[in-house]
This record gives sequence, C-alpha cells and structure tokens, in this order.
Amino acid sequence: MQTFDLEAHGLRQLNSALHALRGQTNETAWEIVNPKGSHAIAVGLDAPIDVTVRGSTGYYCAGMNKQATVRVKGSAGPGVAENMMSGTVIIDGDASQYAGATGRGGLLVIKGNASSRCGISMKGIDIVVHGNIGHMSAFMAQSGNMVVLGDAGEALGDSLYEARLFVRGSVKSLGADCIEKEMRPEHIAILADLLKRGEADHLAKPEEFKRYGSARKLYTFNIDNASSY
Amino acid sequence: MTDFPHTPPKMSWTYNNDVNAEIRRAAATGIYDIRGGGSKRKLPHFDDLLFLGASISRYPLEGYREKCATDVWLGTRYAKKPIHLDIPVTIAGMSFGALSGPAKEALGRGASAAGTSTTTGDGGMTEEERGHSKTLVYQYLPSRYGMNPDDLRRADAIEVVVGQGAKPGGGGMLLGQKISDRVAMMRNLPKGIDQRSACRHPDWTGPDDLEIKILEIREITDWEKPIYVKIGGARPYYDTALAVKAGADVVVLDGMQGGTAATQDVFIENVGMPILACIPLAVKALQDLGMHRKVQLIVSGGIRSGADVAKAMALGADAVAIGTAALIALGDNDPALEAEYNKLGTTAGAYDDWHEGKDPAGITTQDPELYSRFDPILGGRRLKNYLKVMTLEAQTIARACGKNHLHNLEPEDLCALTIEGAAMAGVPLAGTSWIPGRNGF
Repeated sequence: MQTFDLEAHGLRQLNSALHALRGQTNETAWEIVNPKGSHAIAVGLDAPIDVTVRGSTGYYCAGMNKQATVRVKGSAGPGVAENMMSGTVIIDGDASQYAGATGRGGLLVIKGNASSRCGISMKGIDIVVHGNIGHMSAFMAQSGNMVVLGDAGEALGDSLYEARLFVRGSVKSLGADCIEKEMRPEHIAILADLLKRGEADHLAKPEEFKRYGSARKLYTFNIDNASSY
Repeated sequence: MTDFPHTPPKMSWTYNNDVNAEIRRAAATGIYDIRGGGSKRKLPHFDDLLFLGASISRYPLEGYREKCATDVWLGTRYAKKPIHLDIPVTIAGMSFGALSGPAKEALGRGASAAGTSTTTGDGGMTEEERGHSKTLVYQYLPSRYGMNPDDLRRADAIEVVVGQGAKPGGGGMLLGQKISDRVAMMRNLPKGIDQRSACRHPDWTGPDDLEIKILEIREITDWEKPIYVKIGGARPYYDTALAVKAGADVVVLDGMQGGTAATQDVFIENVGMPILACIPLAVKALQDLGMHRKVQLIVSGGIRSGADVAKAMALGADAVAIGTAALIALGDNDPALEAEYNKLGTTAGAYDDWHEGKDPAGITTQDPELYSRFDPILGGRRLKNYLKVMTLEAQTIARACGKNHLHNLEPEDLCALTIEGAAMAGVPLAGTSWIPGRNGF
C-alpha cells in the first residue's frame, strides 16, 4: 500500500505519480490522506489500480477514469467521475451536482445521496445511488443505466435518449419525453446485476423498482411537439 | 381614361421579397429555417478599415527583400509545451459529422503544409485529421460527443468551447439524415435521429467552475497542453476577462460572421456582434489585466484575406482562425458545380443547407457517394495555397507599414472609412483624428 499525503505533497505530485502507473505496475494499492476537499484528485487514471481517498473531495474526483477503482471514504464534490471511461468509483458519502456527467463506461456507486443533474448527458456509464437524487438528473442521458434506491427529484430524464433509469422510490416529476416503461425480464436481470455490483443487493430487490425511458417522440424535430422543446 | 397615370408598383422595404418569401416558407412548413454558413447580412467589418502605409513619418520595408516574420507562439502562460506556428492563420473547429472524413483530412494536409494548426469539432477526433494534422487542437465541447482522455492526450492543445460566434448561447443540431453509422457510434446515439448539442457544459455553471474544470484538464494532461477558451462574440470584454481569470492560455474570440453547420437563421442573423466590434474590447480586457500578449488572442468570424489577417492583428490579435473560408478554399460552393447546386434549388455561392447532407462538393456530407468525389490531396493543396497567399498578403501590408513582424502592426496603422467602423475598431475616421465615442464626442 502506497500512502500519499495530499496536504504535504500536493495535487500535481499525486496525479503525476498515478499517471506514471499506466500499463504494468506492482504498486496497485494507493491511499490518499488529507484530501480536505481538494479538486481534481486522481483524475485521468489509466491503470488497474485501487485508490482509496480518506476524506471528502472537491470537484471532479476520478474524472475521466479508466480501469482504476477509486473509493472515497467521505463525500464527493461536483462532477465526481465525470466522463468516466471504465473502472469503478465508489463514494461512501454523498455526491454533489453532476455526478457521473457524460460518463461513457464503468460503474459509479454513491452510497449516500446525489444532488441535482446526476448522470447528466451520460453516455454509457452505470450509476447506482443508494439514496436520493436531485432535480434534472439524467438530463439528455444517451445510454447506460441509472439505479436509484431512494427518490428522484423534478424533471427526471428530461430529453432522454436510450439510457435506462430504475427508481425504487418516488419521482417528483418526469421531464420532457421521459415515460415509465414496462419492467421485462431482461430489465430485472440488468438491475439485479447492477444492484450486486453496486453493493446494494442487500438493500433492495429488482422487483421493487420502476423503469423509465424515452418515449422517443422528440427524436426527430416536429413542430407539433414545439411545446416540449 | 386608359392612359390615366398609375403610381408605379413599389415594394415595401420592410416587407421585401426576401422577408415575404420567409414568411411564406414558415407558413408552409411550420418550422424556422435551419441552415449553415453563418451570417449573411451586411455587417461592419474589416472592409471598413484601411491601412496607412508609410511615407515620411513612417519608414517602409522593402517588399520582396526585407523580412517580415509571421510566426506565433500560443499557450505561453502555463503550458509546458506551447504551440509554435509558422503563420498566424489557423483552421477553426469544425465537426466530423458536419464535415466528411476526406474534408477533415484535407484540412489537416493543407494546414500542416502551410505550418499551422487544425481544430476538431463537435463529434470528437478522427484519425483523418489527427493523422494529417501536425498540430491539432482538440475541442472540449458542451455535448462531449466523442470526448475521451486518450484523445485529450493525443492533442497538441485543448480548446474549451464556451460559445461560438454564429450562435453565442445556443446549442447545435445535427439532423438525422447526416447520422451515418460512424457518426452515431462516435456520438453514442442511435442512427438517424436528430442530435442536439447542448448550449452549456453539463458539469459547471460559471466562471469559478470553469477555473476548476481547466485545472482538471491540466491535471489529466500533465500541464503539457495549452488550454484555449473559445467564446462567442457577445460580451467580449467581460468574457475575455473571465476566461483569463479562469486560467486560459489562449482566448479564442469568434464574431457573428463565424460559421455554423446548422442553426436557426433567426439566431445566426440576430445574436452576437461583428468581430470588428469584439476585438478592441477583448484587447482592452487583456490590457487592463496586464495580460495582452501573455494570454494570446485568436480571432475568427469572417476572415477572408491577408488584409483581414493584418487588420485583426493590428487591432491586437495574436492570430486568426478561418472556417468558412477554408471550406471555400477546399471547393465548397464552387461555380463548377453550378448545375448540381441548381438541382438542390440554389446556386453556387449561396448553398447553405449543409445539415441536409447533400453537398455536391462532398465536403459537408456523410454520404459516401458524395464525399468520395472529393480529393483530399487536391483539397489540401488548395488550402495550403490559400493560407500561403493570405500570409503573403498580410506580410505585404505589414512591410508597407514598416513592420518586420505581423505582430508589430498596431491600431495607429489604421484608419476607418465609416463612422461605424471607426467607433467599433477604435481608430480615427479617415482624414480626421475623430474616434467616435472618444475624445469627448
């Protein structure tokens, strides 16, 4: 285990050390102490390593992650795991706005609540939130899966494309072109797998969720839908 | 009474034929006009300015003998690897999707041969342009289509696009007919549907956030790449100042004559400011912050000739970018294709329905039959020639003003032909010392 004191050595040195691990490495386990809400911690990783952050992070922790598993033993600021490509990011606490924004792959797990715009413009990422999510979540979400064990705020899935949204609790309102859809066996299977990988299978069963997706009415511009734009 | 004189027919200036035709079109179709190409209205522009060549009070340089340097460094503020270009004319961001692969290749070939850079667009980086561009700027756009960290690291600079001259504050729309399998894959969307590009970035909400976003990009790319921030010409003083405050190495300022692949005509013609009005305000912001020439300024939007290049630089820009002009150099809207433009209901020079994907020149299309007509080697050669000519023209003017580098051009080398031009550019009306809005007038 490599321990890195962020307060003592600084962000640039941390990310330089982690970027040096691209490809083969024996230094697969890293612990970052004293994050104290710093921004851009462990961004642009591209190696199958485990990074544990002991404390809360600022903006964009684990941004554009590839391959790595990043665990935050605290809460995460805005844009955690933004544009993640692959790997896993697990937040023990809450996450601020835009969690998993534009993520293209991998798994983001938020064990607390997520704020507004969770999964905005997601492009293939899987997101599992144990708590609630805020308004405008999954706005313009293109693909991937979002699982919410708690409640969703206003305008869920507004202008949604092909992303799948699974919510166990209440949804304050659905956004334009987002509708509730049938839960078929394949969706139950997808959800069961996500709950297991999201360390939530002991908290909820797939059958307890509703599925939301795109009505696909706004896929091609039509003046008759102008009130929805 | 048959010879009673009638008042001759008189068209309304307000309801002229163009206006009436658009009213009829809207009534028939139920949708506003979407088109490419940027503003077509007559705007105050560089044509309103003239250079004051040297006579006695200034000493000219010999046209074909004495050197006039043209190179430019971009990104000298923070980047470990700033960009050095032979000429200060760069290729503006244009998306793969809007443009064909061969067109992107030609841009790379032409720009590299002329010693300058190209820029990606909404849709990500293609092998065609990375492979043929010696220096490639990677746009970081609100849509984040095709965005990935590998391409960030393969780029020579990163341009965070906040706004675009043709549509400051607006997003984009790539209509379904241009969504080929490849475009759909690059953008993570189903084939054949309209693709809306967001008007704002999904993971920040203001200039303080932008500063943190730039920090993240720098960390991901190990502080090697210059970070450009591109803004549409709407509030250039404050937007430039905020981009500098956020940590930009380079500010890219795009005036309303800048092009677009597809946007509402009403937006193109009614939002934003001409580049002539934008440059002095951006330069003022840089000067007020003590950052002029430290944070470089690239300006775009209607740059057509070496005279435009020289005028932009005299007003304080470090370099310019061309988009529409580059497409014309490649062969778009060429009169040789007149018969085919006629079949599309238009004429060469006026074709702007780039979103429909039917471009006979094979440049703004994803139709394999159409883009296979376009020769990227020939196109690249034409672009190289055009860039070289622009540079020669700018050098010629600079020498006449006694300058041994294009960057030594200054506002004192200019006068204005029109009051509008004088007021916007902040240079005297020709034959006077009057700068409207200054000197107490």
